[in-house]
Amino acid sequence: MPDSHAPCLLDARQVEIHLQRLCREIVAAFGNNESLALLGIRTRGLHLAERLSTMLQDILRKEIPLGALDITLYRDDLSELTGSPIVRPTEIPFTLKDRTVVLVDDVIFTGRTIRAAMDALLDHGRPDRIWLAVLADRGGRQLPIQPDFMGLKLDVPLDRRVSVKVQEVDGVDGVFLEGRS
Amino acid sequence: MTAPRYLFPHRHLLGIQPLSPQDITAILDQARGFEEVCERPEIKIVPALRKRLVVNLFFENSTRTRNSFEIAEKRLSAEIINFDADTSSLSKGETLIDTALNLESMRPDLIVMRHAAPGAHALLARHMRANIVNAGDGAHEHPTQALLDAYTLRKRFGRLEGLRIAIVGDIRNSRVVRSNLWLLTKLGAEVTLVGPPTLIPEGIQETWPSVAISHDLEATLPDQDAVMMLRCQFERGTGAFIPSQGEYARFFQLNAARMKLCKPDVAVLHPGPINRGVEITSEVADGPNSLILQQVTHGVPVRMAVLFLLCNPHGEQVP
Repeated sequence: MPDSHAPCLLDARQVEIHLQRLCREIVAAFGNNESLALLGIRTRGLHLAERLSTMLQDILRKEIPLGALDITLYRDDLSELTGSPIVRPTEIPFTLKDRTVVLVDDVIFTGRTIRAAMDALLDHGRPDRIWLAVLADRGGRQLPIQPDFMGLKLDVPLDRRVSVKVQEVDGVDGVFLEGRS
Repeated sequence: MTAPRYLFPHRHLLGIQPLSPQDITAILDQARGFEEVCERPEIKIVPALRKRLVVNLFFENSTRTRNSFEIAEKRLSAEIINFDADTSSLSKGETLIDTALNLESMRPDLIVMRHAAPGAHALLARHMRANIVNAGDGAHEHPTQALLDAYTLRKRFGRLEGLRIAIVGDIRNSRVVRSNLWLLTKLGAEVTLVGPPTLIPEGIQETWPSVAISHDLEATLPDQDAVMMLRCQFERGTGAFIPSQGEYARFFQLNAARMKLCKPDVAVLHPGPINRGVEITSEVADGPNSLILQQVTHGVPVRMAVLFLLCNPHGEQVP
């Protein structure tokens, strides 16, 4: 449940600073790599990817291809959702062959979302390499998957929820620690 | 604050009648995601129903609906059994329950059924744990056809509310029309039924008070955003209600001359199979205003959306 008194881990300005840093790290790793593309995981990962893409374009002075990945059909935890799963289109407006793809998500927890995202991505083609960028790593991994680029690193008890909010969906930017469920 | 999560509240799709406008919209929205899967250049299969067993149980002949369901099931990675029942030996209620109990003992997850008797699906639903999808029951309902029609119209016009739609022809024998009347009126479209008095059963306006009825096709056409032509169901006895096919065509056929009476961007739909030269001419069916093949294409993602929603129920469910 949303919690209006949830402690704020990052406010809007700090989110911006972390995104800028992620962006600089991606530039440092790939520089002028022509094959670079961003792929945001719906919903909030996509909005973060859109912002990263704008920042990257300002620095690199060139268009960075951006796509949206919906992983609902590839999840292994459909039965644990509280509402009916919502499927939205995956949109990858570039070829994956020989690409360096940076997957972007808001939070990494168990690693299962990223597992599903890689399955979904590989059904669309064979990129040269997949990297992973997240705004927050909250620990608690259940699969051997780690981010290559991360903003905030935390070790959060399993019964708490780290929730990233973005202006486009939630009307506010920030990272919050939500209560015990 | 996040909005409260929507919950699809049905275990079965027995018809459009039990669905709320929100349920219908949820299926249509969901279908967009599945259309993307169907349009992929390479792998058009997703693992969403992996390890689920789907039984296609057809007590009446059907080629396109069955194929469309089967493609939808395959694209969701379901395991499929096709059970083609012999119409003559299995049409009574008691044998249907026996069939259901036999199937139940094989633990299917989902049953897609076409049966001549309205209510057969509700009967099955009471005796089985599997989710039931109605793929057509007599002249009662054919919910997935109405959903794919609505999906096609919504994609073309961006909305259903306020759309003017004429449904023309054999209203009496059509199950498609009943599902469409439920769906289109629930979502606020303005529907006019057009046909000879003998093919429009009495009492339609008692069930759907907002629906208009006309016996004059040419007077109706100029106002319509879409025209949905129905097949003359000669195998169900349409012939007894009209003087001749030629006479019927003279008044109710959609042809090039009548297309000139329509808005230039009118959408032409037909649930198929077409009787070319009877209710519609080839020129119109294959013409630029026709969405008939798009309807067929959309059948797969719409059915994928239905199967996926029924197989992923959460929280409190009502039948």
